[in-house]
Amino acid sequence: MSPTDTDTTPPLARLGRILRDNPIIPLIAFLLLLVVALEFMRPGIVMPIRAGREGLISSFWLGNLIKFAIPLAMLAACQVLTMLTAGIDLSVGVVATVAAFVCATLSSTLGVPQAVMIALATGFVVGLVNGFGVGIVRVHPLIMTLGTGLIATGCLQVYQRFTINTGTLIPPFLEWLGTGRTWGMPNGLFLFVPFAIFIIWLMRSTGFGRLLFALGSNEKAAKLSGVKSWQVLMALYALSGLIAALAGLLYLGMIRTPSLNLANPLLLPSVAAAVIGGTSIFGGRGSFAGAIIGALILRVIDTMLTLLQMPEGARTAMFGLIILAVTALYVRITGTK
Amino acid sequence: MTALIRKHAWVIGLAVLLALLLALTKLIQPNFGAPGLESLARSALPFAFATAAMAVVVIVGGIDLSVASMMAVCAVTAAVLMERMAGVPALMIVLAVGLAMGLVNGALIVLTRVPDIVVTLAMLFVWEGMALLILSSPGGSVAPWLSGATRGPFLIDGLPMALVIMALAIAIVWLPIRRSKLGLAIYATGSDPLAAFRSGVAVDRTKIIAYGICGLFCAMGGLSLAALTGIGEPVPGPYLMASVAAVVLGGVVLGGGKGGLLGSIIAVFILRIIRTILTLMAIDPNVTTIVEGVIMVGVVMLGTALTLRGARR
Repeated sequence: MSPTDTDTTPPLARLGRILRDNPIIPLIAFLLLLVVALEFMRPGIVMPIRAGREGLISSFWLGNLIKFAIPLAMLAACQVLTMLTAGIDLSVGVVATVAAFVCATLSSTLGVPQAVMIALATGFVVGLVNGFGVGIVRVHPLIMTLGTGLIATGCLQVYQRFTINTGTLIPPFLEWLGTGRTWGMPNGLFLFVPFAIFIIWLMRSTGFGRLLFALGSNEKAAKLSGVKSWQVLMALYALSGLIAALAGLLYLGMIRTPSLNLANPLLLPSVAAAVIGGTSIFGGRGSFAGAIIGALILRVIDTMLTLLQMPEGARTAMFGLIILAVTALYVRITGTK
Repeated sequence: MTALIRKHAWVIGLAVLLALLLALTKLIQPNFGAPGLESLARSALPFAFATAAMAVVVIVGGIDLSVASMMAVCAVTAAVLMERMAGVPALMIVLAVGLAMGLVNGALIVLTRVPDIVVTLAMLFVWEGMALLILSSPGGSVAPWLSGATRGPFLIDGLPMALVIMALAIAIVWLPIRRSKLGLAIYATGSDPLAAFRSGVAVDRTKIIAYGICGLFCAMGGLSLAALTGIGEPVPGPYLMASVAAVVLGGVVLGGGKGGLLGSIIAVFILRIIRTILTLMAIDPNVTTIVEGVIMVGVVMLGTALTLRGARR
């Protein structure tokens, strides 16, 4: 942030360069470190064999960890994609909530497929509005997505008054996806693995992904090379809204009670997961694989803090401090911003 | 020169808009007078301080997502302290706590070299947790004179006390800074940190101090919250979004270096009075949220479009 440069010794610099080229390595190391620490805090939680039970790695623990990391990682995908262009999407929490609520209330009257389609469509529409504001009118993404989030919250509250009498119904397949398990692993992976592969493919090997990186690294150069930035941003934010709606549907199946702020608490952690995962909020650099590890790290930290049985305030404060420490360490090691 | 005129034009435009909205309120509710004005000023009090806090850090080129959480910490600190000790020392302690929190934010940003938005995002959780540790559920009490201070008119009828307090508190902190070398350094750092550094501005120190001022305003916001409700509430209110909206509407450019506090404070009143008007028109409060959001987005869009056109010319 400041013009002064930190001087590093050559071996450290070399290590830093290796880590910078492969930002996923220190992240995985940190995740494993946290898991080891968790095992020491409560022997047997990760490796039941040490507590005299069956199994080397507890599939219950691993399944739970992955299950709750999935919606967070999906919302982090929105942040990674938008951050590539130096943007951010702060409407994802609200969009996910709206999608979940709409789906739960419409399923009983309209039928499940229609409800799911409408839920996804709401996310898409909010995303389009974001894209219009950011791409065409050139409003700062932070403001634009905050504003649409606010509008969507208001719409949700009004909508809720009209549907106060119609019962809610959680579509059975969402419940299966959210809570069911196959071979000890959460069924959410059936949605998430193809999703993650798609996002990584989108970022690494498609023209669209390259356009995102180009816009984020140097918007002027990208424009001079003939990139129509408004089209890219429009598609990007619409995609982000769609992903957020999808994550909301999955989260609905997981929590099974629609409420007016179902997924809102996931918003700031999703930004944190993306940042811990090595995505730069100034654009041009980021990886979704890192964000997935970031989401897992946040969930492990969450478990640790719950195990410590601290008061809620201390837990929240520790959560913030750890996010800060991890990002600061990461910035220090890799020498990036 | 033209940039200067345009900057002032924005503030003047906001003031005209506010006057129009006040007239509209009077039109809708003919007996809207001193009491209405007073309740408006009182409800705007915490928003105004949150916006002033946000404006200072946005001008220096940062952003502080922990504004609402710091206000919550100050509110509960005030409520807990005033139950046990005299009001005035407690007031001083709360202001010092706010200043300290802001300085911590700034120091962490400078020391870790992590982007402002990420550091303050993390500190949002830290301060929120602190507030919950100080007071786990709403409680405590506030010195009666503090609650009383925001009520009633000041000297003449129709000039709400809350408005005077707000104007005085912000002016006492901001005006001397704005006129001094520090103010210049804040604006210079905001518009181009590298250029400021090369012209001999202590960029890091300026940034830390700006965050300290932000914390101080947050303390005032927290105190006004405690004064309005009479208790301390550890859960942060909706001040983060509202302050960002008012700052941008008030003509402060995200990215730093442009705009001032006056426009932002006028913007706070515009946003509050729109809520009053919608309430007077008997519109569902939920619809009010939608209208507010649309106005915020619309105004920002308009403002961005205008500045872009100006820049191209």
